[in-house]
Amino acid sequence: MSVRRLHEVQPDSFAFSEANLARVQGWMAKYPEGRQRSAVIAALWIGQEQEGWVTKPMVEEVGKLLDMPFIRVLEVATFYTMFYLAPVGKHHLQVCTTTPCWLRGSDEVVKACKKHIHEKPHTVSADGQFSWEEMECLGACVNAPMMLIDKDPYEDLTGDKVAEIIEALRRGETPKTGSQIDRHTSEPVGGRTTLTTKEEV
Amino acid sequence: MLADKDRIFTNLYGFESAGLEAAKKRGNWDGTKAILERGVDAIIDTMKKSGLRGRGGAGFPTGLKWSFMPKEVKERPHYLVVNADESEPGTCKDRDILRHDPHTLVEGCLIASFAMRAHVAYIYVRGEFIREREALQRAVDEAYAAKLIGKDNIHGWDFDLYVHHGAGAYICGEETALLESLEGKKGQPRLKPPFPANMGLYGCPTTVNNVESIAVAPTILRRGAEWFAGIGRPNNTGTKVFCISGHVNQPCNVEEAMGIPLKELIEKHAGGVRGGWDNLLAIIPGGASVPLLPKSICDTVLMDFDSLKNVQSGLGTAAVIVMDKSTDVVKAIQRLAYFYKHESCGQCTPCREGTGWMWRVMTRMVKGNASVSEIDLLYEVTKQVEGHTICALGDAAAWPIQGLIRHFRPELERRIAEYRAVAKAAE
Repeated sequence: MSVRRLHEVQPDSFAFSEANLARVQGWMAKYPEGRQRSAVIAALWIGQEQEGWVTKPMVEEVGKLLDMPFIRVLEVATFYTMFYLAPVGKHHLQVCTTTPCWLRGSDEVVKACKKHIHEKPHTVSADGQFSWEEMECLGACVNAPMMLIDKDPYEDLTGDKVAEIIEALRRGETPKTGSQIDRHTSEPVGGRTTLTTKEEV
Repeated sequence: MLADKDRIFTNLYGFESAGLEAAKKRGNWDGTKAILERGVDAIIDTMKKSGLRGRGGAGFPTGLKWSFMPKEVKERPHYLVVNADESEPGTCKDRDILRHDPHTLVEGCLIASFAMRAHVAYIYVRGEFIREREALQRAVDEAYAAKLIGKDNIHGWDFDLYVHHGAGAYICGEETALLESLEGKKGQPRLKPPFPANMGLYGCPTTVNNVESIAVAPTILRRGAEWFAGIGRPNNTGTKVFCISGHVNQPCNVEEAMGIPLKELIEKHAGGVRGGWDNLLAIIPGGASVPLLPKSICDTVLMDFDSLKNVQSGLGTAAVIVMDKSTDVVKAIQRLAYFYKHESCGQCTPCREGTGWMWRVMTRMVKGNASVSEIDLLYEVTKQVEGHTICALGDAAAWPIQGLIRHFRPELERRIAEYRAVAKAAE
């Protein structure tokens, strides 16, 4: 467990954009009548996409929308670690450092983030473009080390590769996602050992 | 070695399209209506006879689990919930199913829901799997558009399938925590009983299954229980997607027969241990939660539930984490101790306090800044946490440390002696 609290400095208000409100309502429709609070994670997620982080007025607004007391929404916002309770950079790097990634060199990835973004995690870089944090296992262990930037995974990393990706994003480019080496996805490097026969089904 | 024709996930690596047309060419959605027409009892019977044991870690027989649902639907509807909250360190098999072979899962959801008299299913995908969730949603949308699922679909069983997601909490992989989360609460596990089959989602009869368990079901029903049961060993049947990570030359996911020797698995598919088999130090054979095995056991052990249980470890999620001789094994386990401290939901005192305590002691053990008697104390504390919590996270936090002490106690003692010698010399 870790202690997570709302940020000290909060904006005055929050409102979902029209399009995002429709998205939240789409989520609410997935659950049976009277069970709309099931959409709380999705609603906060969409709010975070809109604002960049989860704010107190957003927690209040989601509570109103889903007919939930403030404290119930707050519990969810503080329990789930993908909700950022403070502003993050335009691009937020989530670096996996759990054992499988650590064995393959996630220390180098962290080092690159410290050098090219900020010494401290959860701290926005001087140009406002980046922030980073260490994550627990992101579930791409056979492509370790890896990180998630915004919505996309970047896999089979080295320190240099991380620096390149950060610089490319800084220039406004869209770097290649997925594996950063000569590899399609999760197959063995150098070629498949299975699924090599073509058969008519 | 398993032949390609016996592999279920024929697009595991995503070299082909994950779309419906390609999936149909690979054999998905073939004769699904005929499978449903066999009836609930016949389907469950086949699943039982196939010997399929749950692929999420615990290895509970899937057919038996399905049979626990009430025989009649009364005022409370039935639900299927699929656990795609894949978060066990080392594990990334469901990820490939979600993004590359999602129609195996969508078809499996329809069949399993029919077998459990459910008209609605939810798939709970971990928050971090954003692209994977999008891929799954595309498959669900395709299935709706082709009337394979939905109201008045061509299979004659009204069925709605919804994709739900989390937001970063390992504990939501525990089935009752997952249900709490799906209901819009903190993901804190529930006391059992009542079990989900009686009181699950929204207080209704519910079965929670792992992605892989559901995704293999259609193929088992198409090819027959005997086919699946003929692969692997008795009580440990079928194929399994293994994830091989860490110090191997070619880390990969691969679908193989249950019971394949660990050494063969690594040498055939993962290009062998970095620096050769003799450079092996230890392997965690089934995801972070199971105790590690020293090389001497890895030489001969088979990769299935019973074989690994016999050597005081477990198959878990079949996530093989390989460590060669360059590894600081104490640090490797200390990092896992941090993981469990971070992911404890905080509900039960032994886990909430114990995971932090164990991590702090493990952190000192990495440097050797401890006394030898603390090794016994640490072991004792793991035993106090294990079995004394609502869910298995407490056990999962205890086992890696127990495995370390069991197999690498001399290394812990060596570090303590060395640290003391240095401290003494400094005086």
